[in-house]
Amino acid sequence: MISLEHVSKSYAAGIPALNDVNIEIEDGEFVFIVGDSGSGKSTLIKLLLKELDPTEGNISVNGHLLNKMKRRHVPKFRRNIGVVFQDFRLLEDRNVYENVAFAQRVIGESTRAIKKNAPAMLSMVGLAAKYRSFPKQLSGGEQQRVAIARALINEPHILLADEPTGNLDNNNAWETMKLLEEINAKGTTVIVVTHNMEIVKAMNKRVITISKGVVVSDEKGGAGDEV
Amino acid sequence: MRFSTFFYTIKQGLKSIWRNKMFSLASIATMTACIFLFGLFFIIVVNFQSMVKEAESGVAVTVLFDEGITEEKIEEIGGLIRARVEVSRIEYTSPEEAWESFKDVYFNGNEAVAESFANDNPLANSASYSIYMNDISMQKTLVTYLNSIEGIRQVNQSETVANTLSDFNTLIGYISAGIILILLGVAIFLISNTIMVGISVRKEEIAIMKLIGATDYIVRAPFVVEGVVIGLIGAAIPLGILYVLYGEIVVYIGENFSFIGSMMQFLTVEQVFETLLPIGMILGVGIGYLGSHITTRKHLRV
Repeated sequence: MISLEHVSKSYAAGIPALNDVNIEIEDGEFVFIVGDSGSGKSTLIKLLLKELDPTEGNISVNGHLLNKMKRRHVPKFRRNIGVVFQDFRLLEDRNVYENVAFAQRVIGESTRAIKKNAPAMLSMVGLAAKYRSFPKQLSGGEQQRVAIARALINEPHILLADEPTGNLDNNNAWETMKLLEEINAKGTTVIVVTHNMEIVKAMNKRVITISKGVVVSDEKGGAGDEV
Repeated sequence: MRFSTFFYTIKQGLKSIWRNKMFSLASIATMTACIFLFGLFFIIVVNFQSMVKEAESGVAVTVLFDEGITEEKIEEIGGLIRARVEVSRIEYTSPEEAWESFKDVYFNGNEAVAESFANDNPLANSASYSIYMNDISMQKTLVTYLNSIEGIRQVNQSETVANTLSDFNTLIGYISAGIILILLGVAIFLISNTIMVGISVRKEEIAIMKLIGATDYIVRAPFVVEGVVIGLIGAAIPLGILYVLYGEIVVYIGENFSFIGSMMQFLTVEQVFETLLPIGMILGVGIGYLGSHITTRKHLRV
């Protein structure tokens, strides 16, 4: 479960990026977070990953109170959160298999486990046949699926997707959203930050709208406020 | 930690050296220059110190005994002197030996005059010990001790020679420490710069690693491996060059400049490298480790 209680975050400039935000997300939920550019969505993601600390309020993720978490415990905590980005952030000098295996390698997983898990994960995202391809040889949709495989290989409880369809055409955007829905159906909490209102409306999930650092609406099965 | 993780970090470190070929080469070249200079200086210093030591070993303190002292007492005093840590060896000169030596110098050509003293040794009270020391800087302490021993009439020493040699040794020590410190600083700075370039080249990869949940160790270790390997190569090259060069030069001087060889006794290449090799390698690896460790600690916090 994710819980934000009266969370505010101000940067040096003084204007709060988030102001008294209260959000609760249950395990296994699928949630859209929508809002304009600069509304505070990225700050929210950084707070959930403990890349930033809130100026005020408490954040709890999977029972961990992030405000009080010691720096040395952050890596282990992050292994429970998969992250997907708009620009995929794949390693260009490594092939599809190596990109996915990388996520297990850097947390110290054994070679035997990696050899078992990486092909299975690539099969799940439908890229088993392209395991030797390099990111530049793939379409945007395929690259995003590699990024999703990388985010999921360590079996996180939560998947954060920051504008996952932002660089994709309509077909690939829908493919990606279907994949995220399948992942959610298996029990992973999925949080998608997006601008794509067409997808938000069609998916009929919970929508949290943020504007100028404040949560302006939180609707189950809603379409969110126009942004 | 798993073996696979250990080997992964080593592989990544080596890859990083290859990826930043030019910077790695520049670092290795600078490190080579630094360790070469260090090695050169080391060779000069150890040879010089060996020559000074040689000179020191020829400087003796002489003690003369009270008149009428028994041979047993002289031996007892000899035992006391030998027991001192600063003493390397002592030589006893009996009154007869002293007379023989004196006679050869002063009655050369007048042996008949010398013979008139045959039964009446003028140097009957000139038995002495010549004391040679391990460390000439301890001469003052030894002389104070000798003066306190009962039965010793006179202690002869060469204070000027002892002080000059001792001061010279200290000066060499200070100069070498100063130069080593400067070289160390320069080399650490350069390694640190190379690691910084490596970090900036792998910025994206590091950011992803951190988000995935890599520990500080996994993020930093490849850079430390990179620094250590650069240090290792940067030390091995100049030490190899110096090994060959020094051996050749000593042989060349011995063969072509025999007058230098007769004046100075050079240490053998094995004698020099017995110490220089481990020091040089530890220095190279240490600089590599320190440079990369400081940089990664400063710039790579999860």
